[in-house]
Amino acid sequence: MSCKKYVDVTARFTAEGTVLPLEIHWEDGRKYPIDRILDIRPAASLKAGGAGIRYTCRIEGRSKYLYLEENKWFVEAKEQ
Amino acid sequence: MRSILHSDCNSFYASVECLHRPEIRCKPVAVGGDPEQRHGIILAKNPLAGRYGVKTGQALWQARQKCPGLIIVPPNFPLYLRFSRLAKEIYLDYTDQVEPFGLDEAWLDITGNLSGNTGTFLAEEIRRRIKRELGITVSIGVSFNKVFAKLGSDYKKPDAVTVIEKSTYKKMVWPLPAGDLLYVGPSTQRRLSSYGIHTIGELAQSPLHLLRSLFGKYGEILHCFANGLDVSPVAKYDNQPTVKSIGNSATAPRDLLHNEDVRILLSVLADSVGRRLREQGFKARAVSIHIRDADLFSFSRQAVFPQYTNITSEILEKSFSLFRQNYSWGKPVRSIGMHVFDLTGDTVPTQANFFQDEKKRLRLEHLEKAADGLKNRFGTGILQPASQLIDRKLSQIDPKNDHNIHPVGFF
Repeated sequence: MSCKKYVDVTARFTAEGTVLPLEIHWEDGRKYPIDRILDIRPAASLKAGGAGIRYTCRIEGRSKYLYLEENKWFVEAKEQ
Repeated sequence: MRSILHSDCNSFYASVECLHRPEIRCKPVAVGGDPEQRHGIILAKNPLAGRYGVKTGQALWQARQKCPGLIIVPPNFPLYLRFSRLAKEIYLDYTDQVEPFGLDEAWLDITGNLSGNTGTFLAEEIRRRIKRELGITVSIGVSFNKVFAKLGSDYKKPDAVTVIEKSTYKKMVWPLPAGDLLYVGPSTQRRLSSYGIHTIGELAQSPLHLLRSLFGKYGEILHCFANGLDVSPVAKYDNQPTVKSIGNSATAPRDLLHNEDVRILLSVLADSVGRRLREQGFKARAVSIHIRDADLFSFSRQAVFPQYTNITSEILEKSFSLFRQNYSWGKPVRSIGMHVFDLTGDTVPTQANFFQDEKKRLRLEHLEKAADGLKNRFGTGILQPASQLIDRKLSQIDPKNDHNIHPVGFF
């Protein structure tokens, strides 16, 4: 079962006011650089349980959702 | 012809909770108040719980009896406010005429923003967007007036769009029970029934003079509503309604047994009401108190201040004397509400009273504003009258900062 996992994120705030995530910091210290942002849109995550701005990111060749919920970032993690 | 939508978030609190807790999504869920604080009623339930006969307003123990497996979660008002705001942001993409009706409902007038689309098309789009972007569902009514649009949103749910047109309203609306119509509450419905008026259609076809003699001006309004003649506009979103009264109410954690108990609760309420008055730059001319006793019998009384005031102690003294004049202590008191009304701006010049120490009043006002500053920075409990320390359980209630959300009136 998938679950909601809040994560640390390094992000870039552009001069226009857009927020772009650059890197996800996993709790074990690993860092996952985001190769490319494929899509940005408001969306709910039924899997994790929450809603916010959804960034579809390419990380290590796979596309992953990263959500910005007000001022916190979360991902749909595999297990607790 | 106007194109008006009424969007209603289906079992709003419960849906937001279910979205955030995937593990309870397919179980009967209700949002309930805190029984410790004696707020132990069902605030919202999901459709699964509804199937067991759980109803909004039921005591938690009654609901558990009906549905033994019921999952009751505590309310999280900041979260509901966020989702309400997010929904409104979506509505505002379609029109600036968005009139919220509580947290979970809103009317939209999209007549001028159709740009070639039909109202139904845009309603479907809004329904899909709310589902995709917020993860909750809405039902939307589309019609040519606000009253029928609201009926439409109740017609089919969840996650549905219902269209009521001029050509179809007689077939769709008229067979519905009169109680479904906006502003026909249980007592109006009983009264109508006693005259053989059971459906909206029968209401619509009742002679106007009969309704007028039964309900006065209100009878004409009902007649208009039932015949689809409601022409009230959808307010613009930035036209915040002017404040007409400021009030708070609280259910005491235990029954109040004597005047001293009541005075403590009144002083807590007066503190909140006074602070909100000063914060919003108002003074009030009148106060009303609402008393509910342990048997849930309730009544209100009101009184006028000698002059406009925003001073907490004056509000407290007036409401306390009002209480003493009107309560004979047949029963313990369960909850108290306090409202001030007849408001004016606090910069409006007022007549000084020859028989009152106006300088002292001015000093009091300054003192209370200074106290407000402290309370805003450090919390409501930072400064308290010593009288509140007699019973800390009673005085720990913080009506100003607890998220009490009150329903709004239509008129």
